[in-house]
Amino acid sequence: MISVVKGMWRVFLFLFRRKVTVQYPEEKPYHPPRWRGRIILSRDPDGAERCVACYLCAVACPVACISLQSAEDENGRRYPEFFRINFSRCIFCGFCEEACPTYAIQLTPDCEMGEYKRPNLVYEKEDLLISGTGKYPGYNFYRVAGVSIGGKAKGEGENEAPPIDLHDLMP
Amino acid sequence: MATIYIDNKPYVVKDRQNLLQVCLSLGFDLPYFCWHPAMHSVGACRQCAVKLFRDEKDTRGKIIMACMTLAKDGIRISIDDPEAKKFRAGITEFLMTCHPHDCPVCDEGGECHLQDMTVMTGHTYRGYRFRKRTHRNQYLGPFLHHEMNRCIACYRCVRFYCDYAGGRDLNAFQCGNRVYFGRHEDGVLENIFSGNLAEVCPTGVFTDKTFRRHYTRKWDLQTAPSVCVHCALGCNTIPGERYGTLRRIHNRYNGEVNGYFLCDRGRYGYEFVNGNRRIRGPLLRGPGGGEARPCTRGEALSRMEEALHTPGRLIGIGSPRASLESNFALRTLVGKDRFFSGVSERERKLSAAALEILQRGPARTPSLHEIRRADAVFIIGEDVTNTAPIMALTLLQLVPCKKVALARSLQIEPWDDMSFREAIQQECAPLYIASAAPTGLDDEATRVYHATPDDVARLAFAVAHVLESGVPGMEGLPENVSGLAGEIACALKEAERPLVISGIGGGSLSMIEGAAAISRALRSVCGKGELSFLFPECNSMGLALMGGRSLAEAREVLREGDADTLVILENDLFIRDAKPAVEELLKSAQHIIVVDHTHNRTSERAELVLPASTFAEGSGTLVNSEGRAQRFYRVFVPDGDIRESWRWIQDMISISGRGEAAGWKVLDDIAGAMAREMPEFEAVTRIAPPADFRISGEKIPRQPHRASGRTAMHAHTDVHEPMPSDDLDSPLAFTMEGYGGQAPPALIPRFWSPGWNSVQAVNKFQQEIAGPLKGGDPGQRLIEPAEGVKSASPDKIPEAEGLRPGEWLLVPLYHTFGTEEMSVLSSSVAERVPAPYLALCPEDALSLGIGEGEAAELIASGEAQQRIRVRYLKGLPRGVAGLPVSLPGVGMIDLPQKVSLVIPAKTADTGKV
Repeated sequence: MISVVKGMWRVFLFLFRRKVTVQYPEEKPYHPPRWRGRIILSRDPDGAERCVACYLCAVACPVACISLQSAEDENGRRYPEFFRINFSRCIFCGFCEEACPTYAIQLTPDCEMGEYKRPNLVYEKEDLLISGTGKYPGYNFYRVAGVSIGGKAKGEGENEAPPIDLHDLMP
Repeated sequence: MATIYIDNKPYVVKDRQNLLQVCLSLGFDLPYFCWHPAMHSVGACRQCAVKLFRDEKDTRGKIIMACMTLAKDGIRISIDDPEAKKFRAGITEFLMTCHPHDCPVCDEGGECHLQDMTVMTGHTYRGYRFRKRTHRNQYLGPFLHHEMNRCIACYRCVRFYCDYAGGRDLNAFQCGNRVYFGRHEDGVLENIFSGNLAEVCPTGVFTDKTFRRHYTRKWDLQTAPSVCVHCALGCNTIPGERYGTLRRIHNRYNGEVNGYFLCDRGRYGYEFVNGNRRIRGPLLRGPGGGEARPCTRGEALSRMEEALHTPGRLIGIGSPRASLESNFALRTLVGKDRFFSGVSERERKLSAAALEILQRGPARTPSLHEIRRADAVFIIGEDVTNTAPIMALTLLQLVPCKKVALARSLQIEPWDDMSFREAIQQECAPLYIASAAPTGLDDEATRVYHATPDDVARLAFAVAHVLESGVPGMEGLPENVSGLAGEIACALKEAERPLVISGIGGGSLSMIEGAAAISRALRSVCGKGELSFLFPECNSMGLALMGGRSLAEAREVLREGDADTLVILENDLFIRDAKPAVEELLKSAQHIIVVDHTHNRTSERAELVLPASTFAEGSGTLVNSEGRAQRFYRVFVPDGDIRESWRWIQDMISISGRGEAAGWKVLDDIAGAMAREMPEFEAVTRIAPPADFRISGEKIPRQPHRASGRTAMHAHTDVHEPMPSDDLDSPLAFTMEGYGGQAPPALIPRFWSPGWNSVQAVNKFQQEIAGPLKGGDPGQRLIEPAEGVKSASPDKIPEAEGLRPGEWLLVPLYHTFGTEEMSVLSSSVAERVPAPYLALCPEDALSLGIGEGEAAELIASGEAQQRIRVRYLKGLPRGVAGLPVSLPGVGMIDLPQKVSLVIPAKTADTGKV
């Protein structure tokens, strides 16, 4: 008997506490930028696709929900021919973002992805690619990589010496 | 045996090996770069440092290079010594100073020896903050991509390309930190083994250019053990698939067969599997010919029923490029007497003769591993470089036994590569070549003899005669030829393991008999000697073992009206026989059913075309030139109705209302039936574990445990993941789930071991470094020489050849890229295929008044006249002309034969073909 009264008393006291319930969707909760929500593919500061189709996100994915095919454009830049994420399988663990060597794949604070049909949760590259740099503004992989691409020849990358002249006789 | 102490634990190891080899054989993880199991040690990279102690009391020790130190009895070393570890980490750090930040866009990533070694030595953070040196890349042809920035200067590429494979157009330039590996200028790498650089290079300097076009990481490739189909050596391969297309071919180590290397035809010929000439579904054609229309399987089966309604009116044409099982199914469908082997009369006769010689003995046919130990070789009439490239690579490595002993007396072991080369002073084992036309090995040969096939055979018989009686007992043999015969006989007699190589490629029975005569003489006089015959295609030997009549006889049967329906198995008859003869054969058949994987001129004539699987989509057995039966496994499940040929033929057998094929549920059943029917194939049932083989109740996965994208790759068509296909024919599964340990040798789908992601993981699968795989090298020999049978009656020695004026002896020429039917369909190989030509020696051409590049008319008896450009070929004997066999654009002519040449009158448009 006493325990019932005690319990009711405790519940009664909650009437005077601050409300925790948020009136979603009228009221949107705050998600910090590092929240692991909907995955996007970003672009480098020059506006080109950041993804170089290295397959590291795909292999890191514990539920194997990322699938892509690499291709190379006429300038020698690698890009994904297709890039597909099956969000109906995704567990938003963020391993893909951790694995990505070019900051291309990023998780965003957006979590509103409810769909009535599962196929609508299959996102292709067009659905994933955004026009900005996302969370990491400065980085451009090809500026530090050793490969030459259109507009950046050998030796023009960051911290690179000009190419060796094979006909040079100097010691 | 020697006892060595590693970290104070004793190990018993083989004598005369180096410490690195020993440590790796014992299963230790010792990093290395410049050492390669086939190319041995040079001590260039300093990565395999270990600590050597004088005795058990020595605590200081000194750092030595494991690869350059002999594992002497009682030697004490430490791998885990902190100072040695620090030294190794330091070496990696140095090598990595200028290594570019490329891994995400590097094709080597994920199977990179440099990545593995960097992780193994624990180097994680670059301390070097200065500018990285850079290099410009070169264009190296259709096979390899060059990315010189990634180089760590281990010199493996030059050592493989120049020292091992005999290449001349790749070398090291500049010095010190600026060293560059490439050609003197942009251009196609000429050597036919250049593709191995992709596997030899420990990092991503040389990568597979065809793979780059549809790049996939190693961890995503679905792979299965396979066998190369582009020549008769049966090199073991690992084809890799992703998203339903074949992506690349990698080498699969087999100690008895191909060892560590593949030729470029085998590595890059795979693209035909993805080609647009593939037959993807059943096709029907009306009685009048014309365009074929795709049809359903049901329609195809009902048309099959119509064609097969009268039993006994059916003949079957097999194929040397189809598996044993498919050929056997066809033989069962049509009956033994109505099974035709689908090769020309000449090829059938030569194969049967070669097979009989090998079965009768006394000489045994050696495996490639045994050929590696030969120390005197006589090649008769075969262009080994172009018909069986990996055998040529093996022949390039032969060293006389005497020289090995000499080097050992100087305390130099063969694994000490530079010193050993110095000690033997570049001396190779004696290699004699006698052939009608120049061959790819001529430059390496001790002496070369070019003459008509009959004269070559006469030389061979003369050698046999010298061996038996000391003199070349043959009249009319010129002085220089009998001298050469004496020299060759002497070299073969003195050698410890003499070897005679001949083959079907020369097109001459007397050359094969000459080779057999030499081997018999060697056996009877010296009690040694081996004999190897090269066959033209991947299953020519299997087909020869199965028997079957020639195409000419098939034509006879059809002409006499004994048959009206023709079932052609994976065979383009137009490359087997002259066009008019094939036309006659096809016209006299009322119904033609073709089972094939690629459209060709024969399939265009068929009323019913059934889609067969290639080596990558089906399983089966092939018999190589050595007589070794090897199993290849389906790498992926193709879309649609593509099935193994034998399954289509099984349907035909059931439709004809017969029960023979009712029990063929899986591949093992048909192999078993074949072994019961033909006892020579008994060993085929033992070449691989049966289909119900399991390890701990599990199948062996074709996909690596890291395979990615399973829940996304089909999501665009169906969001529910499909069930993985079941493979009833083998213990391999089409998933990443299953037994994770090492599979039995015949079932190894890829070489991978924890910490070893690159091809170097093969070390973990071998009983000892460069030795047999754990559990024995796969494959079963079907041919062993009969015991105690004396040689047959003396062979007929051919007369000296005489040519009438205006008559030319046309002999076959071979090209690594161009001769083989399937590889030329690969876009990368096609870039290396020469334009059609007729070869004449410059003297003959001058006397004819024809310039290089001008056209000539070639008239062969009973065959259509061809107009073809002339190319000068130095080394062709006078009166002999050469024609490349089955080169695209060259009509099929039965070779060698006498032909006449007509030089068209020179007009303004001379030379325009």
